Amino acid sequence: MFGFHYRLERRTIGFVLAVMVVSSIGGFVEIAPLFTIDETVEDAPDMRMYTPLELAGRNIYIREGCYACHSQMIRTLRDEVERYGPYSLAVESKYDHPMLWGSKRTGPDLARIGGKYSDAWQVAHLMDPRAVVPVSVMPAYTWLGRTALRIDDLGLHLTAMRRVGVPYSDDMIANASADAYGQATPDGDRAAGVVERYGDATHVRSFDGDPSRVTEMDAIVAYLQILGQLTDAAGKQEAVTTGNGQ
Amino acid sequence: MSVGERDPHTGHAMTGHEWNGIKELNTPVPKPVWFFLTATVLFSVVYWVLMPAWPLGVTYTKGLLGIDQRTRVAGDLEKAAMKRATWTGKIEDMDLSTIQADAPLMQIVREAGPALFGDNCAVCHGTDARGGKGYPNLTDTAWLWGGDPETVAETIRVGINASHDETRVSQMPALGRDQILDRNAVLNVVSYVQSLSDSALATGGQADAVAAGKEVFADNCAACHGEDGRGSIDMGAPNLTDGFWIYGGDRQSVFSTVWGGRQGTMPAWESRLTLVDRKILTLYLLDLGSVRQ
Repeated sequence: MFGFHYRLERRTIGFVLAVMVVSSIGGFVEIAPLFTIDETVEDAPDMRMYTPLELAGRNIYIREGCYACHSQMIRTLRDEVERYGPYSLAVESKYDHPMLWGSKRTGPDLARIGGKYSDAWQVAHLMDPRAVVPVSVMPAYTWLGRTALRIDDLGLHLTAMRRVGVPYSDDMIANASADAYGQATPDGDRAAGVVERYGDATHVRSFDGDPSRVTEMDAIVAYLQILGQLTDAAGKQEAVTTGNGQ
Repeated sequence: MSVGERDPHTGHAMTGHEWNGIKELNTPVPKPVWFFLTATVLFSVVYWVLMPAWPLGVTYTKGLLGIDQRTRVAGDLEKAAMKRATWTGKIEDMDLSTIQADAPLMQIVREAGPALFGDNCAVCHGTDARGGKGYPNLTDTAWLWGGDPETVAETIRVGINASHDETRVSQMPALGRDQILDRNAVLNVVSYVQSLSDSALATGGQADAVAAGKEVFADNCAACHGEDGRGSIDMGAPNLTDGFWIYGGDRQSVFSTVWGGRQGTMPAWESRLTLVDRKILTLYLLDLGSVRQ
């Protein structure tokens, strides 16, 4: 054995080939699980896509680095399931490019935060976290409330998502900017189109409490309120396996 | 010099390299390194056999131990539920008022309540349940929708202005912003509303405004808040005479409320918390209130 290695070391080409073979084993072990991805990722026919406004909110979430302190993955551990709800399924991140599972929790997990608190609370909390949670160490994000959301380029964001596999239709891409405006302006004439394109379960309301303008606050709150709400695949799974979330 | 040469001092083989008379030893890899390398390789082989490991096209090797994270967490949850079953069963089956009279069960409520409240309710209502601007104090005697156990449990279940199908709905219109009242009328009615809990106002310098506001109130507010301003728990309209304020009782706050309206939201908890959880929260809150009075 040592003799073979010793001889191999003295042959440059042979040794380079041997290094490539050995290191490709490591690569193969990492890639191989993807060959079975169709069998291991659950099915969720009811899965909804992010609306343009929610996608804009997701981009703000990434821009502000929220993922550095908040994870979006509930692990298969009893204490996490009891606190945050059913554990996360792979399919729930199907349209997340990139995924925001995270691995650090300075703040709580946000995978199922959608609908847990009111819009008004989310806004108050982002403007000044300590006004509602005195012990919070989260920074304030006051500028979200006063910065108008850039919506003119949302069609391009949707196109980029479509290139990596999110099935946005041409209609959705063409109306992306109008839909972002419509979703945050419930009394406007563009609101109906959002529901028509993205489904009845879409939240159409003024997320920041001011229907007269669409701010970054509208977008981020719209995104937070949809987290964990795109499919109820996890809820169904939970009902089958435990039947008691207490 | 040749490859087969040995170092006379250590007995190790030489590599055959030589630089300016310095020769290189071909020292063998130390035995502990071989030992640990072999041990970890053997461990991985055993691990592959026992645990889920290799992908096989459409499936994967399940491992002899049959360990699966999802069945394990389901088992853990079930075990925990079994441990609690002695009291969760009772809380689920018994009436709220019966539990209130049962000292050992109330002891459990007092222990489980803070964790549930802290995790779900405290962000709005505060860790001490005393609320804040826009979020009612839950320890006082003022209840928007009624403070008996069944009603509180129902409010927790369906929420207020929430996305639940049976949610309680209560909207205070924006009387000023939507031009139902002009600015003067709003100012007058604010004076009147303040005088309801502060009788000194009715006779002081604002007496005229209070009198004018009374008429505005009768025409625009009494339908929900009642002729006497005592509110209505059927509509979640607050009592304006009791000195408890959700959005503040100072002149500016009351003006903002009348001018811009209020549509406070409390999320519905039916889909997030079990019946037992909601019952514990109800009892915990009512217990908090009774302890503090």
